[in-house]
Amino acid sequence: MTYQNSSPADFIALGPWIITAAAAVLVLLVLSFRRRHGLILVLTLCGLAAAFFSLAVAAGQIPRPVGALFQVDGFALFYSGLILLLAFAVALFAYGYLEGQQVRREEFYPLLLLGTLGAMVLSAGSHFASFFLGLETLSVSLYVLIAYLVARPGPVEAGLKYLILAGASSAFLLFGMALVYAASGTMLFSELSRAEPSPMFLAGLGMMLVAAGFKLALVPFHLWTPDVYQGAPAPAGAFIATVSKGAMIAVLLRVFFDEGAITAEPVWWALALPAFASMLCGNLLALLQENVKRILAYSSIAHFGYLMTAFLAARDLAVETATFYLVGYCAATLAAFGVVTVLSEREREAERFDDYRGLFWRRPALATVLTTALLSLAGIPLTVGFPGKFYLVAAGVDASLWVLLFALLLGSAIGLFYYLRVIVVMFGEPPVTVAGALPVWSGAAVLLAVLTLVMLWLGVDPEPLIQLIRRIRIGA
Amino acid sequence: MILPWLIGLPVLGGLAALLLGTHRPRAARLAVLLVLSVDLALALSLWSKAPFGLPAAGGGFFVEFSAPWIPRFGISLHLGIDGLSLLMVLLTLFLGILSVAASWREIEERVGFFHLNLMWVLAGVIGVFLTLDLFLLYFFWELMLVPMYFLIGVHGHERRVFAALKFFIFTQVGGLLMLLSIVALAAAHARATGTLTFDYLALLGTPMGRTTATLLMLGFFVGFAVKLPAFPFHTWLPDAHTEAPTAGSVLLAGLLLKTGAYGLLRFVVPLFPAAAERFAPAAMTLGVIGILYGAMLAFAQNDLKRFVAYTSVSHLGFVLLGVFAWNRLALQGVVMQMICHGLSTGALFMLVGALGERTGTRDLRRLGGLWAAAPRMGALGLVLAMASLGLPGLGNFVAEFLVLAGAFRVQPGLTILAAIGLVFAAIYALVLVQRTFHGGNAEGWKIRDLGRRELVILGSVIVVLVWLGFHPQPVLDAAGPALARLESIVAG
Repeated sequence: MTYQNSSPADFIALGPWIITAAAAVLVLLVLSFRRRHGLILVLTLCGLAAAFFSLAVAAGQIPRPVGALFQVDGFALFYSGLILLLAFAVALFAYGYLEGQQVRREEFYPLLLLGTLGAMVLSAGSHFASFFLGLETLSVSLYVLIAYLVARPGPVEAGLKYLILAGASSAFLLFGMALVYAASGTMLFSELSRAEPSPMFLAGLGMMLVAAGFKLALVPFHLWTPDVYQGAPAPAGAFIATVSKGAMIAVLLRVFFDEGAITAEPVWWALALPAFASMLCGNLLALLQENVKRILAYSSIAHFGYLMTAFLAARDLAVETATFYLVGYCAATLAAFGVVTVLSEREREAERFDDYRGLFWRRPALATVLTTALLSLAGIPLTVGFPGKFYLVAAGVDASLWVLLFALLLGSAIGLFYYLRVIVVMFGEPPVTVAGALPVWSGAAVLLAVLTLVMLWLGVDPEPLIQLIRRIRIGA
Repeated sequence: MILPWLIGLPVLGGLAALLLGTHRPRAARLAVLLVLSVDLALALSLWSKAPFGLPAAGGGFFVEFSAPWIPRFGISLHLGIDGLSLLMVLLTLFLGILSVAASWREIEERVGFFHLNLMWVLAGVIGVFLTLDLFLLYFFWELMLVPMYFLIGVHGHERRVFAALKFFIFTQVGGLLMLLSIVALAAAHARATGTLTFDYLALLGTPMGRTTATLLMLGFFVGFAVKLPAFPFHTWLPDAHTEAPTAGSVLLAGLLLKTGAYGLLRFVVPLFPAAAERFAPAAMTLGVIGILYGAMLAFAQNDLKRFVAYTSVSHLGFVLLGVFAWNRLALQGVVMQMICHGLSTGALFMLVGALGERTGTRDLRRLGGLWAAAPRMGALGLVLAMASLGLPGLGNFVAEFLVLAGAFRVQPGLTILAAIGLVFAAIYALVLVQRTFHGGNAEGWKIRDLGRRELVILGSVIVVLVWLGFHPQPVLDAAGPALARLESIVAG
C-alpha cells in the first residue's frame, strides 16, 4: 500500500481533530495567565463548537485516508460530531458543578478537551497505532478527571482503581495487537477480515476484546464501573458513560465491519457470551443498589450488553442499530447525570434515594427530566429509548438471535423495576425538612431542557436520525 | 383527520389540565370534561357516517387515516375505525367522562397531574382501538401503561407503590413478548413478500410455518391475556384494583381490560387463524377456569374492591371463551360483554369508592345494614349486583347468554362448566348485597346517601345497561359487519 504525500486536503479532512487539539493547548496557555473560570469555559465551548462546525468542511473531503493511521469518512465524522456534542454538554454541566467546589476549577477543561480528542481519534483510527494512541489519550485524561476532586476520598480511590485496571487492560490490548500482527502481518483494521483465523490471530483478537470489554464495562470486565461511577464527580461520570464508551463502540464497529465482517465462530462467542452476561448481571445487580449513580452504572453495563446484540446481527443493520441505540443511550444518560450534577451540593453528590424523595413536587422540571431519561433508558414509547429498543429487536429477529433476544426482554423487564424505583421515589411524599434548593445554573438548565426535547422528539419522530445514520458508511 | 383528533384531543386536554391544575383545580376538571365531551361528540358524528343500516356495506373501515411515520421500517400512522372500534371508542369516552365526574371530590391533591394521567390513559386506549399498524399498536399499548402506573402509584391507597409496580411489570413483560412477536411477524412477512411493513391489513394472511405461527400467536396471546386478565396471568389485577383510586379502578376494569379483549378479537385470531384454531381448546379451558376460579375467589374476599376485581376475572373468562369459540353468536356476546362489563363493573367501583369515601373502609366484615342509612345507595348497589350476576333485562345477561350459546356449538362440555359460573355469580352477587346493605349495622354506620352528582353518574350507567338488556340490537348491528369481516378473514 502506498500513501500520498500529505496535502492541504489532509489538513482540511483532519480539521476537527486539529482544532480540538489546538483548543486544548490554547486553554492550557490561557489558564496559566488568567485563571478565570468563565473565560476558560467560553474558550472550551468555542473550541468544541469550532471543531464541530469544521466537520462540515471536512465532509467535503471524505472519504479520505490520511496516512495509514486515519480514515476520515462519514462514520468518523458522525461519531466525532456526537463526541463533540457530548463533550460540549459535559463542559456545561461541569461549570455549574465546579463553581460550587473549593478546588482549582480550570484544569478540568483542557483535560476534557484532551479526552475528547482521544475519543475522536478512536472514531477515525484505522490502524492499531491510532487505536492505541487514541485510547491512551482518552484514558490518561480520564484518570485525572475521575480523581479531580482531590480533597475527597471517593474520587481519588475511584481514579486509582480506574488507573490500575485501565493500565492492565492496555497491556492486554498491546499484547493482543502484537499477536494479531504476528499472525496476520497487518495492523490495519481493513485487512483483518482477510486474515487467516489461526489460533494465534484469534487469541490476539480475544485479548483486544478484553480491553474493549473493559472500556465498555461488559461482564466480566465490569467490576470497576459502579465504584468509578460512584466516586467520580458527576460530570466526569457522564463523560465516561457516554464519550468513552461511545468511542469504543466506534472502534469496534470499525474493526468488525470495515471491509467485511470478521465471521470466525470463536469471535462470535466472544461477543455473545459477554453480551448475554451483561444483560442479565447488569440488570440483576442494579436491583440491589440503593444509590442512583450505582444504578446508572449497572444500567449502563446492561445497555452495552443490549448493544452487543447489534454487533452479532447482520452487517448493514449492525452499524445502523448500534449507532442509533448509542445516540439514544447517550442522550438519556447525559440527562440523568446532568440532573445528578445539578442536584449535587458542595460536600457531596446527590446520589442517595433520599436526595430524590418527592423531587417531583419540589422541583418538577428536574424530576420531569430525570423521569424522561429513566423511561428512555427503560425503552418506553415517546422517548428515544423506544425506537432504539425496537431497532435492537428488529436486528435480532433479522439475524434470528433468539437466546439473546430473550435475555434482552428479560433484562428490560428487570430493568423496569429499578428505573421505576427511582421514579417512585421522586413521586413520593417530599421529606418534611428540605434543605434550601440550590439554584440551577442557567446553562445547565437550558441544556437539560434541550436534552429532554431531543429524547422526546427522537422518540416521536426518529426517521430523520435514521436517515442520517443510514447515510454514513464506514470507508465512505 | 378526525381519527388523529380523537386521540389528540385527550392528549392536549391532559396538558391543559396539568397547567390549570396547580392554581385552579376546578377549571382543570371542567376543561377535562369539556374536552372529553367534544371528543365524544366527534365519535358520535362518526356514527352518522357509519353505513351500519345499509345492507350492501361491507365491514371495512369506513374512516381511515394514513400518514408515513418511520418509512425505514414500513411503519405508518395508520388508523381506521369500523363498527367494533367505534363502539369501543364510545365506551371509552363515556367511562372517561364518568370517571372524571366520580373523582370530583375524591382527588383533592395534585389535581392537574391526576387529570393529565387520566386523559393520557384514555388517549392510549383510544389509540389501541383505532390502530391498524402493529408498531403503533405496541406504541399505544405501552403509552397507556405509564400514566396508569402514575394513577395507581401516586394517587392510590396504602400499598400503591407495590401494586403499581406489579401492574407495570406484568403488563410490560406481556407487552415485550408481543413486541417480539410483532417484529418476528413483520420479518416473516418481509421474507415471504420482500416488503417490510407493520400494516395490519398487509400482514393478514402472512404465510408461515406451523411452529412459527404457533409461537407468534402465543406471544400475542400472552400480551393480551395478561391485560384481559386470563387465568393464570390475573394476579396483578386484585392488587392494582385495591390500591387504585376510584377513577383508576374504573379505567382499569372498564377500559384497560377491554384492550386485552379487543386485541384477542382483532389481532390474535385474524392474524393467526390456523394456530388460534389449534390453540382454541386450551384457551377456552383457561377461560372456563377463569370464570369458575374468579367467582370462587370473589366469594372469599373481605375487601370490597378485591371482590369486584375477582368478579372481573370471572366475567372476562367469558370473553376468552367467546373469542376462541369464534362464531357469530359468541362474538356478538363478546362485544356485548366488553361493553356491559365495562359499564357495570365501572359503576360498581364507583359505588365502592363512594362507600369507602363515607365509611373509610372497604372491609366487608365491618360493613352491614347500610340500607337503612343509605337507601339510594343500597338500591343502586342491588341493581349493579344484579347486572353482575346476569339478570335478564340487563345487558350483561344478553352478553353471557350469547357467549354460552355460541360456545356450546363448539365445546359443549366446557360451556356447561362455564354456565355453572353463572350460579356462582348469583351467589357472590347476593352475598355482596347481603353483607354490605343488609344484616345488623354492627358498627352503627350513619352515612350520607348518594348525592345528586353520584346519582346522575350511576343512574346513567344503569339506564344504558337496561337499554342494552332490552334492546341490544343497535350494538349488534354496529358490530355486525365488522365481526362478519373478521370471520371472513379467518375463514380465508
